[in-house]
Amino acid sequence: MTIRAAGTRSRLDPEPVARRDVLGLASLLSAAAALLLSAFGMLRLPKPGVLASAGKKYRVSLPEALPAGEPYTPPGRAVALFRDAQGVWAVSLVCTHLGCIVRPSAQGFECPCHGSRFGPDGSVIKGPAPKALPWLKVTASGGGFLVDEGATVAPGTRVSS
Amino acid sequence: MNRQLTASRALQEFRNNLRQAPRRILESAFRSGRPVSDRARALFVFGNVFLHLHPVRVHRWSLRWTTTLGLGVAGAAAFLLTLVTGVLLMFYYKPYPDVAYQSIKDLHFVVPTGRFIRNIHRWAGNVMVVTVLLHMARVFYTAAYRKPREFNWLVGLALLVLTLALAFTGYLLPWDQLAYWAITIGANIAQSPRELTDALGITSWFDPGGLQRLLLLGSDTVGAEALIRFYLLHVMILPLVLAALLAVHFWRVRKDGGLARPPDADRRLPPLPGNTYPVFTEAPQKTYQVVAIVRGRTPVVGAGPENTLPSMPHLLYAELAVFMLVVFICLALSLAWDAPLKEIANPLVPENPAKAPWYFLGIQELVSYSAFMGGLGIPLLALLGLGLIPYLDREQEGTGEWFAGPGGARLAGLSALFGFAAVVAVEAFAIRFGWIREWFPEAPQLLVTLINPATLLTLAYALFSLWILRRYDSVRAGAVALFTCFLCGFVVTTVIGTFFRGPNWVFYWSAADWPAH
Repeated sequence: MTIRAAGTRSRLDPEPVARRDVLGLASLLSAAAALLLSAFGMLRLPKPGVLASAGKKYRVSLPEALPAGEPYTPPGRAVALFRDAQGVWAVSLVCTHLGCIVRPSAQGFECPCHGSRFGPDGSVIKGPAPKALPWLKVTASGGGFLVDEGATVAPGTRVSS
Repeated sequence: MNRQLTASRALQEFRNNLRQAPRRILESAFRSGRPVSDRARALFVFGNVFLHLHPVRVHRWSLRWTTTLGLGVAGAAAFLLTLVTGVLLMFYYKPYPDVAYQSIKDLHFVVPTGRFIRNIHRWAGNVMVVTVLLHMARVFYTAAYRKPREFNWLVGLALLVLTLALAFTGYLLPWDQLAYWAITIGANIAQSPRELTDALGITSWFDPGGLQRLLLLGSDTVGAEALIRFYLLHVMILPLVLAALLAVHFWRVRKDGGLARPPDADRRLPPLPGNTYPVFTEAPQKTYQVVAIVRGRTPVVGAGPENTLPSMPHLLYAELAVFMLVVFICLALSLAWDAPLKEIANPLVPENPAKAPWYFLGIQELVSYSAFMGGLGIPLLALLGLGLIPYLDREQEGTGEWFAGPGGARLAGLSALFGFAAVVAVEAFAIRFGWIREWFPEAPQLLVTLINPATLLTLAYALFSLWILRRYDSVRAGAVALFTCFLCGFVVTTVIGTFFRGPNWVFYWSAADWPAH
């Protein structure tokens, strides 16, 4: 854009940016900004603030006769609890690959969906699972145990009653 | 006396008008009258809100069966079928866990014609997926996406994604075992960017995967929230968007100058058979005038109107024939095979094997190597590549013709051979020898995510296409190679996923070899 001294511009010359264009552009941009902002506002609604899922903390009483290394799955939960001489631990049964429920087997855990296999400690030994099965937090509580699916502990952590 | 006379005249007129009313209602609705003259035939098309997406005249090249095989119209017909049957199913369906399953059972066993309507809905959905895929292949192999039709190719891709999304969201609604585990897997694929962010250790502050899954499910498990979301998507959001884009798609076909055809199409068409009627012989005896200035070439520039035929009846009847064929196929399939309904969803016991609908089994096969790469990375890369095709291939040779242009059908055959061999080789190796995780359990996840059978196959396809591109010195040749390879990959992985994967996703030659439970 060249700037000329005042008065040299003919009134027939077009203005560098017409006044109408400035106003039009401004209204267009503000409308676009408003739409964008409202789109974000509308997208905020489907992201829930409170999750409508069942509680993640529950009490489990292990059967007295549970042999060492045998899994015990509380009814309705995707968790396997084990007991040996050192104590009790819990392994999540939700496959870290795509969320299927793995089955405890003699060699550890097997996933039916995409063939992931995990060792007895939950570590991946085959298949597409990217992570080991997490060990869940267990605390002794009045003869039974409190399992918290929302908290993980380092593999190998055992709790004695 | 005078007054009495007028009164009786009005009465007579009233009776007359009453007698004429049915005919006049009809005339006012269909103002063009019966399509017996060229003018009335033209009015029949552009004077009707539902038909005016059609041109008044259509080129004879577009009317040949081999130009399109009617695939696009078949896809739209299947969509119409799902729309009608879907609304009927909504009379009884209740989107709440457990209740949903009962309502589908009601539809299956109690509701009059309920099972048949559900079967048609299911089969029409499948037919829609197939025809949309084949339609895309047709447009690609006739190089019909080229200028000025690039944008319509993009709209078509969006329609493909919407079609798959509709199929996927509909899959959850019966709330049976099949549905529940397919959706669990699907939702976790949405979460699979975590595989990458976890490996990089940035999930705690950048977690697009978790957000996607949360938005999809509305919770951290597949439950009531997820069902209502999938229902809303399936019956409202996706069909509305799809219908809107479908209108754009059709409209653009016409605005982009009809279907693509070779420049010498007029010369190559055989003379019109003598018994063809009507052919615009009764056209008004006046000269044509430009009534609008349209960018680009119009369908009649340099060709004259003589190779076009009136859309009514030639095009509309052909479309009707395709529509009836699709209806017939869907009805026949629905009579022969019931839509599946397994046991009620059990969140603690997955199906074994848990298989997605067949059109996702190719992806499921890739997912069994890496969730992120197979579920999102490679499909997105393929979509991106497909979308860029018309902007990278700016050549003109072979437009509007099957397997024309550089390399021709021979190149497509060669690419199919390579694509087939590569996917079979990679799959056979992975099935026979396993993959990194089995050899080195301690290998970092990033390595497995980046180097796995799925990514290696994609790389092989890309390199092969680049080699073809250089050898033929043509972008189109490279595109043909890549598209054909991906098509082969899709078909072979889908077949393996469907027929050769058994419990624990282990390879079996036949379902008879599956271990007994």
